[in-house]
Amino acid sequence: MAELNTGGGGGKEKKVRSKKQNSGVDLTAMVDLAFLLITFFMLTTSMNKPQSMNLAMPEKEDTEDPETETNVAESRTMTILLGENDKIVWYMGKVESPFEGPKDQVYGKGGIRVDIQSKVKSVPLTTGDPEKGVIVIIKPSEKSNYRNLVDILDEMAINDVKAYAISDIVPEELAMLGEN
Amino acid sequence: MAKGKMKKKSMSVDMTAMCDVSFLLLTFFVLTSTAKLPEPLPVDTPASTVQTKLPESNLATVTVGEGKVFFGILGKNERIETLEHIGEKYNIEFTDAEKRQFSFLEGIGTPVAGLKQFLNLSPDVITKAVQPGIPTDSIDNQLKEWVQAARVVTRDRNNKILDVAIKGDAEEEYPKIKRVMDILQEQRVNKFFLVTGLRNEDF
Repeated sequence: MAELNTGGGGGKEKKVRSKKQNSGVDLTAMVDLAFLLITFFMLTTSMNKPQSMNLAMPEKEDTEDPETETNVAESRTMTILLGENDKIVWYMGKVESPFEGPKDQVYGKGGIRVDIQSKVKSVPLTTGDPEKGVIVIIKPSEKSNYRNLVDILDEMAINDVKAYAISDIVPEELAMLGEN
Repeated sequence: MAKGKMKKKSMSVDMTAMCDVSFLLLTFFVLTSTAKLPEPLPVDTPASTVQTKLPESNLATVTVGEGKVFFGILGKNERIETLEHIGEKYNIEFTDAEKRQFSFLEGIGTPVAGLKQFLNLSPDVITKAVQPGIPTDSIDNQLKEWVQAARVVTRDRNNKILDVAIKGDAEEEYPKIKRVMDILQEQRVNKFFLVTGLRNEDF
């Protein structure tokens, strides 16, 4: 492209040639920049939307119906209590006579997930019906924070727990957590 | 000699067309991307592995952080109509300038009584102004009114059901979140979205 003809030739000819060569602008840098910006805008537009988690709560009844409360088989219920400072206590069955637990646990892979996974596997075996899996009741205390709740709901999604609910904590359970 | 010359010439590619296309794309992305407005109440959302995207329209967001509750709805026209509903409810007449100002706000955290004064602040002050949050207690439950107004507007205007997202701070105490959920459930909004961040794989 840039061939300078030094060997001979009149001055007139030289001038015309150099003029022609100047007309082409090197666009490489410009294209580079344009593509960089395209990449940036492409990525930011898709990343802009935040993630979310679906939560469906049961309809609130105005009158307390004892029928629906006792309908749940106690052998299938696992209650998870969320306390302050990322504390978890869980038990199986009824609060006054839990047949397993109460047991302290921590969040994460090696903690509560192991227990949930074992219950997800074992409960359908004891009931003898794959449809009747574990029912998890989540009871956050007054001192737990929002992160705890989201973490536990996340565990439900990770372990594929079909039935779970968020409920109010009772004084006996607060005692299990050591909060009053 | 002649061969060498030919080779040298083919080294440079004509970039004009490439440049045209890339700038066309660039313009497209610049125009389609929405400018992110500063959030009125910055919160640190907890992380989760669930990756459901939030709906892009007909969505109201209740932001909870630092013990305060903020309310926001998507769409400029929806915002204006919601404000009109609130004005009717509390007998406050908002001017067009105030409505316009409101339509630019991502979320609102001012009690209705101080809303008119707040909307008359100059635009560069309004995003930095500290707002006390919307009252949620049972005597003066303004959050309920906001959600109700937004639901009515969404139903009448777009013939859609309003989705509600809760954007809570990770360190926010549970009772506050529960209070917001209760207010929503009192209106039979039983399904909501919890806004979360993305968690890395090895959790």
